[in-house]
Amino acid sequence: MTALPRKNLLTFVLDVIRWNLKGSIGFQLFRIVLLGCMGFGIYAYSFQARYGLAVTGMNDIVSWGLYISNFTFLVGVAAAAVMLILPAYIFHDPDFHQVVIIGEGVAVGALVMCLTFIVADMGGPLQAWHLIPGIGIFNFPSSLLAWDVLVLNGYLLLNGLVPAYILYSHYRGRKADERKYRPFVFLSIFWAFSIHLVTAFLYQGLPARPFWNNPLMGPRFLASAFAAGPALISLILAVIHSTTTYKIDRSVFHKLRLIIVISAIINLIMLFSEVFKEFYFPTHHSISSIYLFFGLEGHNSLVPWIWVSVSANLLATLVLAFNPGKNNPLVLLPACTVLFVAIWMEKGIGLIVPGLIPSPLGEIVDYLPTWVELGVTLGVLALGITVVTWLIRAALIIEQEYGMNR
Amino acid sequence: MSSSRRKTDTSIIDDVLKNPSSRRTFLKGASFAAAVTSAALAAGCVPGAEAASEETRLQWKEFFKKNYRLMTQEEKRQTVARLERLAKIRQDMDLQIGTEPPVAGVLYGYGFNISRCEGFMECVSACIKENNLDRKANTQYIRIFEMEPGKLDPATGNGQFFHEVPVEDKFYMGTQCFHCEKAPCTRACPTKATWKEPDGIVVVDYDWCIGCRYCQAACPYYGRRFNWGKPEVPKDEVNRKQHYLGNRLRPKGKMEKCTFCIQRTRKGRLPACVEACPTGARVFGNLLDPDSEIRYVLEHKKVFRMREELGTDPKFWYFID
Repeated sequence: MTALPRKNLLTFVLDVIRWNLKGSIGFQLFRIVLLGCMGFGIYAYSFQARYGLAVTGMNDIVSWGLYISNFTFLVGVAAAAVMLILPAYIFHDPDFHQVVIIGEGVAVGALVMCLTFIVADMGGPLQAWHLIPGIGIFNFPSSLLAWDVLVLNGYLLLNGLVPAYILYSHYRGRKADERKYRPFVFLSIFWAFSIHLVTAFLYQGLPARPFWNNPLMGPRFLASAFAAGPALISLILAVIHSTTTYKIDRSVFHKLRLIIVISAIINLIMLFSEVFKEFYFPTHHSISSIYLFFGLEGHNSLVPWIWVSVSANLLATLVLAFNPGKNNPLVLLPACTVLFVAIWMEKGIGLIVPGLIPSPLGEIVDYLPTWVELGVTLGVLALGITVVTWLIRAALIIEQEYGMNR
Repeated sequence: MSSSRRKTDTSIIDDVLKNPSSRRTFLKGASFAAAVTSAALAAGCVPGAEAASEETRLQWKEFFKKNYRLMTQEEKRQTVARLERLAKIRQDMDLQIGTEPPVAGVLYGYGFNISRCEGFMECVSACIKENNLDRKANTQYIRIFEMEPGKLDPATGNGQFFHEVPVEDKFYMGTQCFHCEKAPCTRACPTKATWKEPDGIVVVDYDWCIGCRYCQAACPYYGRRFNWGKPEVPKDEVNRKQHYLGNRLRPKGKMEKCTFCIQRTRKGRLPACVEACPTGARVFGNLLDPDSEIRYVLEHKKVFRMREELGTDPKFWYFID
């Protein structure tokens, strides 16, 4: 295996771009649809840039909405890559070694979406440089938001650089030197837990909001993330398996199913524990939960939302646990989709919005996102999907070539 | 770009929200995107070009200024001069923006007499005028709650009453920023754009705030207000005596809050709400001065604070005659 001549960083980048611009008609169409969605997102954002956040459904009471909800959930998706990294790099599990690069690609895409959602939510995005240590002021360690900026960007760096190093080595036909990247893999494992815990602490650390000020929030974030993330990765692997020449072993799906089931069950137990605490002996601290699950004074826009989410969550967990189709993907994959959507509903809107309702002075309003928020959200999701497909497409081509030459 | 941006009005926002695809708004959005790009190019790449007007130059300097707390006296003077000049260029207004520092030996405290307040809301309107609050969004720093006897938490009261006051068997409680000694909001801010001044006033540097609204989520008293759109104050109603950390006109997308009328109190005057109150329910003064009225209230009346259990240590006491 001699390294081919004229393979350097420049050709690496050019090849990645070249591979991504090629593809079947279906793939090109998919790209155009994503591009259209991003264009619509930018168009929607232009109104926000011009008129301010007044064009969103948020107000002084519900001061965080769809953007922060999606941000919170996607941090979990990013953290979930650790469920592939841990067995692949630490336990040298051959099945996970085959797919870990895909997990890391998903994590990078999720983080890009997280950071974009944060910028979209900011009232003064042009002042974002105030956050950069050195030229701005970074309120560290006092502000949990400062911690979050640090851990998210750090995780993005780790999840971008380690796979980039391995892929670049493979691209040049060499074996990646494990001694070089292993410390960073260890670091990224701790980091994965930290991004989701810190994001939970962001909410958990606010005594002003009893709905969030709950010690179970951090652990529950992790459990739900380790169910939703691998569910999404299973779906992506299934798509890759059926549309490309890169074949995924069945045992990967089996192992992922185990991870999903265990995490989903722990998540449901914790949900039950929270619901028990709020409703066995309701205090004035339970009022947000009452709003969420039953509505308050005629305001009940989230009631159907949360019940659909909880039922779907329960149903999908049962299907994945009891496996009625005997590993039939036509049963398991829809179950993964349902589980993913259910957790998105609960860990997104179902977590952020009721935490702010009623206001600390007891005022109850409902929140409904406007078309601007929906448009920007669509654009950001399209951006994330684009990033993931670009990274995965390049990674798979390199890995396949490397696998053949070895 | 800046001139088109200023022509915001309610009808356009409504239009945007209701007709997402109308041709007019599409063209406006598209032209805005184009304007942003060209302005960024013009301002960013050739700052010294002849085309750059005085306004652009001032805006550019304003954009890169420091956090207020890190500015030297000279830098404070310069930014104030720029802000005054910008107001003159844009709206032909003569503002006096002050940077009065805290007075040594002063710690402000506030008392609210719940046996006296009758819910007239004179304080609310005085506050809106004094502090140049957004008339379009009806921003209010002060909220007055009509309370049922036996309850002492404003959250149980009615903050939306609209009838003749006072009502028999009801009493009234006002809320605003309580200027906590251990303020959760200042701890939350990721950029230190909000802090407690040595005289106890919790302030916001509007130009340093990035608009993340974490402080708003952290406040247990609903003490903070966000500028969701560009705030609007009719030109002839603008209070021109301003303070950098107080009632100067806020940009859109920034947090604001009660500052105990810093532009007045640092010159030894009372906050507008205290002065406006027709029943004398509001007491304000220096907690470190043993002869002040607020000290008299704290020593001789039955006082309590809202949500004492949170440990925020507000400098705002309710009391009973």
